[in-house]
Amino acid sequence: MDTVGWTVPHRVRLADINNPLPLDCGDRIAPVEVEYEVYGKLNDTRDNAILILHALSGDAHAAGWSAGADELNRPWLKNRPGWWDRMIGPGKAFDTNKYFIICSNILGSCYGTTGPSSINPETGRPYGLKFPVVTVGDWVRLQERLISHLGIKRLRAVAGGSLGGQQALEWALAYPDRVESAVIIASSIRLSAQGLAFNAVARHAIKTDPHFQEGNYYDDAAPDRGLAVARMLGHITYLSEVSMSKKFGRRYCNGDGPGFHLGVDFEVEGYLQHQGNSFVDRFDANSYLYITRAMDYYDAASWGDGDIDQACRRIESRVLLVSFSSDWLYPPEEMKELAIALSRCRKHVSYANIQSSYGHDAFLLEVEKLSQLVRGFLEARDAR
Amino acid sequence: MTRKRRSRFDHDVICGLVSKGSSVLDLGCGDGELLIKLIKNKNVQGLGIEKDIDRVAETISNGVPVLHMDLDEGLTGLPDRFFDFVILEKTLQAVKKPLFVLDEMLRVGGWGIVSFPNFGYRQVVDSLVSTGRMPVTSTLPYQWYDTPNIHLFTANDFLDWARKNHVTVEQGLSWVDDAIVTFKEEDSSKASEVLFVVKKM
Repeated sequence: MDTVGWTVPHRVRLADINNPLPLDCGDRIAPVEVEYEVYGKLNDTRDNAILILHALSGDAHAAGWSAGADELNRPWLKNRPGWWDRMIGPGKAFDTNKYFIICSNILGSCYGTTGPSSINPETGRPYGLKFPVVTVGDWVRLQERLISHLGIKRLRAVAGGSLGGQQALEWALAYPDRVESAVIIASSIRLSAQGLAFNAVARHAIKTDPHFQEGNYYDDAAPDRGLAVARMLGHITYLSEVSMSKKFGRRYCNGDGPGFHLGVDFEVEGYLQHQGNSFVDRFDANSYLYITRAMDYYDAASWGDGDIDQACRRIESRVLLVSFSSDWLYPPEEMKELAIALSRCRKHVSYANIQSSYGHDAFLLEVEKLSQLVRGFLEARDAR
Repeated sequence: MTRKRRSRFDHDVICGLVSKGSSVLDLGCGDGELLIKLIKNKNVQGLGIEKDIDRVAETISNGVPVLHMDLDEGLTGLPDRFFDFVILEKTLQAVKKPLFVLDEMLRVGGWGIVSFPNFGYRQVVDSLVSTGRMPVTSTLPYQWYDTPNIHLFTANDFLDWARKNHVTVEQGLSWVDDAIVTFKEEDSSKASEVLFVVKKM
């Protein structure tokens, strides 16, 4: 048995009127509910906890099969195990026989943690665009409350890919004494101009959908077309030229010639359309706006007033950085830049670039090599 | 100086050369074995660079920090004189741009420790001359078609480079008949392998 089995979502209120969560934008937010899942057992010394951080469209359901799919009204959870199931479980890289694994949904998302679709206490209606602009720093500040709530002083590790990797990096910077190790995958110090551009187009697609109505669409039809376009664009950035060629080539959906119409004719078109259409059933357009914005704003160097070395000097954890050769959203060179900066600060950092044709998606797919690196890193006692 | 040859004898020699508590960069660190030794015995601050990801994974498992990089692409971003010692243990003959790698070594390091198989070793030369075929020996164990050693050179070639580039050779050691002796230029053909401690003037 190599699965964590049935998993149950937990809910906890981590901010209320008397103890609101301060945000980077200057606002305070309350109440804040957080959805999270846990796998494995917290040991008596409470020092075997690993916090897993999810990416843009992820949720707290990182592994196993959700027992809450019906109750949560999320039917798509029935069709597949948690998003990092191949990495988390008994005997896997994040070994639930050894570690207590925690994963929580981020602030601003739509999977149980407070977000733009939650009720704004001031109006009694969903926040919509009245939801404050949240940041990766805010997410981590909220996760710190969760960790404290669970009675954990110091995490054995924080780990995530993509936007999750940036949260792991933020953890090591914001709470250096509470993180023993950080595993940062397919991520970087900051998103490139090209990445900002993709997010801008994605948001533009949502905001110009006639159903968007300045984000107040919760009683009517949602801006599904815009959100689908955003997701289609996203999927292009998650793959690579090689992986697309391998997966679809120039094959036609029906037969082997052009259909002489302007609908979906190529397999790659069909794939993107399917990804876009299935996404709108499970994601909130406003959340997509807020989360991509947080992704844009993130810059680890802000901990050093723009100087990455000054920022890196804060870090006390051991750090593992992993990139993928064909990832053009968070390219290997950018991860290497972080590796060199940490080395310049004489931090314990290891960096590996996995050869892969999967593009950015490799952090979910290149499980074998990734597991070897992560397992070795987590289990290594310092040679000193 | 004479010592009995043991397995990975060069690791012991290098351990003896590196000062306690210094910072060490190992270029082509393999599974990190030398760095573990240096960290344990000399309390050094160690970092490895390795281009084979499987060796990188082993180094990580050994608890030694390592960067998965190709030496031929340089050490951009690492500051000048950042490490007290930079080690190139039997790696120089396998890189594409040996002079560039040497420059980078001496840029980021105070001392460079370079070891390599000596292609001017009498037995190697004799084998080449007598058989008319590329020599296969204990220090050069590969066939011509599968050797990672793409830049074979002699101890004297290395010394020529040092002179030309204002690099001081502080110490030289030769492996002669299973023992370690001080390197002498006139006896260089007796050395199967050599090790030099160098510094940029």
